[in-house]
Amino acid sequence: MTNLPAITSRDPLRRGFVALPWAVACGMLTYAFIAGGYFVTVMSFAMIYAVFVIGLNIFMGTAGQVSFGHNAFAALSGYTSAVLTATYYWEPIAAFAAGLALALLVALVVGWPTLRLKGHYLAMATLAIGLIVYEIATQWQSVTQGYMGISGISPLAFWGYEIVSERGKLFALVLIVLLASLAAARLRASRFGRALAAIAGSEDAARALGIDVAHYKLAAFLVSAAYAALAGSLFVHVVEFVSPEVFGLHMVVLAFTMLYVGGIGTLGGPILGAVIVSLLPEMFRGFKDYQDLFYGAGLIILLIYAPKGLAALSDLLPRKGRA
Amino acid sequence: MTLLSLQAVTRRFGGLVAVDAVDLDVAEGGVTAVIGPNGAGKTTLFNLVSGFQTPDSGRILFAGEDITARPPEAIATAGIVRTFQLVQLFQNLSVLENIKVGCHLHTQGGLWSALLRTRRTRREEQEVEARARELLQFVGLEAAPETEASALAYGQQRLLEIARSLAARPRLLLLDEPAAGLSADETKRLSGAIRAIAGRGTTVLLIEHDMKLVMNTADTIAVLDFGRKIAEGPPAMVRESPPVIAAYLGVGHA
Ligand SMILES: Nc1ncnc2c1ncn2[C@@H]1O[C@H](COP(=O)(O)OP(=O)(O)OP(=O)(O)O)[C@@H](O)[C@H]1O
Ligand SMILES: [Mg+2]
Repeated sequence: MTNLPAITSRDPLRRGFVALPWAVACGMLTYAFIAGGYFVTVMSFAMIYAVFVIGLNIFMGTAGQVSFGHNAFAALSGYTSAVLTATYYWEPIAAFAAGLALALLVALVVGWPTLRLKGHYLAMATLAIGLIVYEIATQWQSVTQGYMGISGISPLAFWGYEIVSERGKLFALVLIVLLASLAAARLRASRFGRALAAIAGSEDAARALGIDVAHYKLAAFLVSAAYAALAGSLFVHVVEFVSPEVFGLHMVVLAFTMLYVGGIGTLGGPILGAVIVSLLPEMFRGFKDYQDLFYGAGLIILLIYAPKGLAALSDLLPRKGRA
Repeated sequence: MTLLSLQAVTRRFGGLVAVDAVDLDVAEGGVTAVIGPNGAGKTTLFNLVSGFQTPDSGRILFAGEDITARPPEAIATAGIVRTFQLVQLFQNLSVLENIKVGCHLHTQGGLWSALLRTRRTRREEQEVEARARELLQFVGLEAAPETEASALAYGQQRLLEIARSLAARPRLLLLDEPAAGLSADETKRLSGAIRAIAGRGTTVLLIEHDMKLVMNTADTIAVLDFGRKIAEGPPAMVRESPPVIAAYLGVGHA
């Protein structure tokens, strides 16, 4: 029994491996605060995406479901924030509350019927909702101003206190990411989170133990949609501009990359993935024309050598007690 | 008192009658075994009782209440918990967490209490932890609670599945071939565990091919063959029953 791999590890070398990507991520954040400038913007984007990916990880990592359309919830909330603050001069917090409510309502309408069905109905429905919301953003010009987008959105503000400096924004975003991550950790360690993880493990066994699978899948979907909505609203206030492309399919691809690079199903994975994947294009910027090539190669190498993501790097070490 | 009562329960798959007008009364307390050759319809019977499949006709009563065609989670809530012929663990969770999931029905915490971690939630978590460890001890798996369930040997996985079911505090526990894949030693241990479970007041309904285990644990045996119940009674009687001998020796069927 003692030879079995334990989930937690007290081995110092192993701990070091766990700590390495964290050291990189924290180092980069600290560097951004010190150096300022463009790097702060890169890290701010990373933090906004981290919020999005932490939520996606609850639905995909913990509950084992698939969604290609969480960008829709970011878009719904982001555009609501943009329109209500830029056109109607609402308070950012109030506008976000409205955006969140709209995103959750749409998530409920999409999730309620599809999550009851087995198979890939939800994945297809989410893909559709992502595309539909994108179409609305481009076509409903009287409200969204189409491809031109909306500018003049009020900056990030909490209860009347506006955050204007780039460093200040990044600091606020880091705090929000930590809170979002704490909430996710608490969820995972609870009866609620165990039910989601059980569904990922075996729906039949979960039902045999009295877990209402459809109910919990819907709850996970709504929780992750709320995270996406928060990310969407944060984005428009940080950048003070929004256009349909911001929440396009590109967002889904990037979020998936971050989720898998960081480590799907792990607590720290989303943050690590968001930081590291945001840094990759910057690292290869010097290669000019070949930037995309190196970026792609970098990703492939990461996924080959750390298939469970950076948060599970320590798994790569040979285990003690095993031949 | 009759805890579970099947009344003329039938289930067809196409032309095949997997369960054919079966009447069965399971008395509260003690161990009832369902035996029969491969394909006799035993697992299908469990699927019908636990709500994973619905009968084409007939009624299923549990503690006097009609539970026919209720969904599995509702049947678990009513007090019937099953294990699976092919072990269904949460492979992605630790041994301890598997059992904690089993405590789902008897705990309350939801989304908000998880986020706020109220005093009540923390107390509930402590109770769940203690109960899970107690059950690990009961099945002899206390040595490695943090191990991933998928890393356990097959026999241990079966024991873990039983412990997880017990965490749900069932009134009726359905075990589908719990001894399959177990060593002689493990089977002996299982035998003791089954008697202990019944001794604590949980009624056990057991599907099993291992005749020694059946004879050692069961108070009553029901025999299925081609979906029909061909015999029922105490072990000594069933063993001598001519149709049972015929079914097991293949007489009368090609
Ligand atoms: N979902 C299904 N679809 C079609 N046929 C099925 C289905 N489930 C079971 N059967 C058939 O019904 C019959 C009874 O199967 P069942 O699994 O209940 O037998 P069993 O007594 O549990 O056998 P074993 O001892 O091998 O586990 C078999 O002929 C089987 O092939
Ligand atoms: Mg069977």
